[in-house]
Amino acid sequence: MRTMYKITLFALTLLFVVGAVGCAPQQAAGPVTIHVLTMDQAGLKPAEIDQIARDFEAQNPDIKVVMEYLGYDFIHDKITTGMAAKPPAYDAAMIDVIWPDEFIKAGYLLDVTDRVTPEMKEGIFPAAWNGVSRNGKVYGMPWLMDVKYFMYNKDMLQQAGFNEPPKTWEELVEQAKVIKEQGIAEFPITWSWNQKEGVVCDYAVLLFGNGGAFVDASGKPAFNDEKGVEALTWMKQTVEDGLTNPSAVSSDEMAVEADFLAGKSAFAVNWLFQYSDSNDPSKSQVVGQVAFAPMPVFKAGADAGIKGSSVDGSSSFAIMATTPYPDQTWKFLAYLASNEVQIKHSAQMLPIWKADFEGDALAKLEAATPANPVTVPAFLAQFPYANERPTVPYYNEASAALQLAIQEALTGVKSPKDALDAAAAKWIELAGQ
Amino acid sequence: MTINSNSRVKQRLSVREQDARIAWLLVTPSLLVILGVTLWPIISTFVLSFFVAPTGINQVRTFVGFGNYLEMLRDPAFWETIKRTLYFTAVSVGLELILGLAIAQLIHSRPWGWKFLRFSLIIPWAVPTIVNGAMWRWIYSADFGALNGILFQLGLIEHYVPWLTLSGAAMNLVILADLWHTVPFVALILQAALAALPEELNEAAAVDGANAFQRFWHIRLPLLRPAILVALIIRTVEAFRVFDIVYIITSGGPASKTITISYLTYLYSFSYGKQGTGAALSFLISICTIILAILYIRFLYRPEETQS
Repeated sequence: MRTMYKITLFALTLLFVVGAVGCAPQQAAGPVTIHVLTMDQAGLKPAEIDQIARDFEAQNPDIKVVMEYLGYDFIHDKITTGMAAKPPAYDAAMIDVIWPDEFIKAGYLLDVTDRVTPEMKEGIFPAAWNGVSRNGKVYGMPWLMDVKYFMYNKDMLQQAGFNEPPKTWEELVEQAKVIKEQGIAEFPITWSWNQKEGVVCDYAVLLFGNGGAFVDASGKPAFNDEKGVEALTWMKQTVEDGLTNPSAVSSDEMAVEADFLAGKSAFAVNWLFQYSDSNDPSKSQVVGQVAFAPMPVFKAGADAGIKGSSVDGSSSFAIMATTPYPDQTWKFLAYLASNEVQIKHSAQMLPIWKADFEGDALAKLEAATPANPVTVPAFLAQFPYANERPTVPYYNEASAALQLAIQEALTGVKSPKDALDAAAAKWIELAGQ
Repeated sequence: MTINSNSRVKQRLSVREQDARIAWLLVTPSLLVILGVTLWPIISTFVLSFFVAPTGINQVRTFVGFGNYLEMLRDPAFWETIKRTLYFTAVSVGLELILGLAIAQLIHSRPWGWKFLRFSLIIPWAVPTIVNGAMWRWIYSADFGALNGILFQLGLIEHYVPWLTLSGAAMNLVILADLWHTVPFVALILQAALAALPEELNEAAAVDGANAFQRFWHIRLPLLRPAILVALIIRTVEAFRVFDIVYIITSGGPASKTITISYLTYLYSFSYGKQGTGAALSFLISICTIILAILYIRFLYRPEETQS
C-alpha cells in the first residue's frame, strides 16, 4: 500500500513539474513570431496578405508573421477579448476608422508617434493619418483608404434605355422603376442594411447627400432632424416600392456583392473590393458590365450645393500596447504600408501614398493592374466626399442604437421620426455617462 | 474471536482511510483546475457586477452596489429580451420534447430501417452549433437559399421571400434551426430510457385490453418521467442561454427581434465595453436558470421513481 502511495505521489509531482514548465513563459529562441489580426472583406484578400507576409519573412529571417483573418463584423470584439490575455493574443490588429477613440481610452494602442518617419508623415495622405491620430499623437500605421462607391450594371441600364447613370437619388428611383417594369431586375437596388455597421455607412451616404449630419456644431445628435428623417423615409419607401431588394434588411456587404455579381441588381453601394471581384469570372456573372459613377445625392442636397457624398471606411494597423515585440511588429506594419507593396497589390486596394496620384507616378499606378485605369479615377472622384462618422469613445453603442432605429423604421416597428428620436436620445444619454 | 474481529474492523477502516487519502490525492489536480477555471471566474464576475468597469487596461472601476442590476431591471429593452428568450426556450424545448418523444417511440417500435434512423439522428446533433447556424443562414438566404428554392418549385410562393427580414418570423426560423440540431439529443435520451423500461407492464396492460395510446399514456409516459426531467432541465438551461445560433443566423436582427439575453450580455461585455453591466446580466441569467430548474424539480421529480 505504501509503495502504491509513493508511486502516486511521484506521478503527481511529475505532473505538476511538467505542467509548471509548460506554463512558464517561453524564451524567444530563434525567430520572433508576431500575430496579426485583420479582415477578410474589404482591401486585400487573405492570399495576397499571406504572400506579403512571406515576402517580409524572406527579407527578415528573424521575424515570423502569423496572420489571422475574420469577417469585418467580428474584428472589434476579437481585439477586445484578445487584449484580456497577457501577452495579448495579437501583436497588431486592423483598426477601423471608428474605433481609435475607444481603443485609445482603453489603453490598447501603442503610441507610435516617434516611430513615424518624416517620409511617411509627408508621403501618406493626411486623411489616412487622421484615422489614427489623436491630440498630436499617432497610434497606428495607415493601411487602406476606402469609401463607399456607387456601382451600376452598364448592360442593364442600356437595356432599359439609359445612357447615363443617375446623378440624384430621385433619378435613381426613376431608372429603377423602368428596370423593374421591364423585368430586367426584380429588385434593381441592393444595399447592406442588416443590423450592423454597414447600415450606418449606407445611411451616412444618404444623410450627408441630403445636407444632413450625424451631429451639429455643438456635438448634439442632428440625424433626427428633417433631413435625416427624409433620408430614412426614402430608404423605407424604396423597399416598399420593390426597388430595393427586401433582403437588404438582412444583408452585409458580402451579401450585396453576391447579389450584384449574380446579375440580380442594377445598382449597388459598396466598398472598392466589389469592383475587382466583378471582373473575376469565378465569382461574377457580370464580368465587364460594372462601372463606377459618382455617388448620387438628393436633389435638395444638390440644390443646396452638395456636390458629392460618401463615407470614410479607411482602416489602419495598430500595435497592441502590451505586445512584447513592438519593434518587430512596427517593422512589419511599415512594410505593409510601404509604397512598393501598396502599388504591387493595388488591384483590390489603392495606395495610401499621395505621390502615386500625381504627375508621372499616376500613369505608373494606372498601369500597375488591369483594374487601376477604372478604380484610380473613381477613387479620385469619390474620396474628397468621404464623410466621417462621429469620433467618440462610445461609438459602438451609439451606432448600435442607430442601427436599431433604422431597422425599426425599415421593418415598420416605428415611424422613421420616432425611431431616430429614440436613437438620438440614446446618444445624448451615452454622451452624459 | 472478539479480539480478531476488532482488529479486522480496524484494519478495514485503515485500508478505507488509505484509499480515501489516495482518492483525494488523485482528485486534487482536477479540483484545483475546476476551482481555477470555474469557481474563481464566477466569484470575480460576481464582484465585477457591482462596479462600473470599462473594458481596457488599468481602467478605473467605480463601485455602484446593485446599480448595474437596477439599471437593467428598469430598462424596458431588458424585459423585452427576457420575454423573447422565454419564448425561444418554451417553444424550442416544448417542440423538442414532443418531436423527441415521437422519434424515440418510433425507433422503439423498431420499424424497417430503425438502426439507420437511430444512426442518422446523431449527425445533426454532432454538427457544431456554429456550423449548423451557418448552414441554416444559407438555407434561409433570400436570393440563394434552399428554403425559397423548394417552396418556389412546389409553387407555394410566387416570389422569393426575405425570411430573415420578417420581424414576426425571424425568431421562429432560429427556433427551427435549433430544433434540427437538438431534437436528436432529446430523442436519444428518451429512446435509451424507453429501451430500459420493463416490457411486462406493457404486455400485462395489453392483456387487460388497454389500447396502444392508453399503454403509452398511462404506463410508458409516467415511467419516462425521470428521463424527461433530465432532458428538460438540460435543454431548458441550454435554450435559455442560447447565443451562437442567433449570432450566426441573424446577429440579433431584424430590429433586435432575435436578441436573446445571452446575446445582450455579450454586447454589453465586449461590443459596448461595459463589463460591469455584462457581469450583472450574467448573474441575472444564472438566477433565471436556477429558478427554472427548481420549478422542474418541484413539479416533476418523484424520488420513489428514481429509486426504483
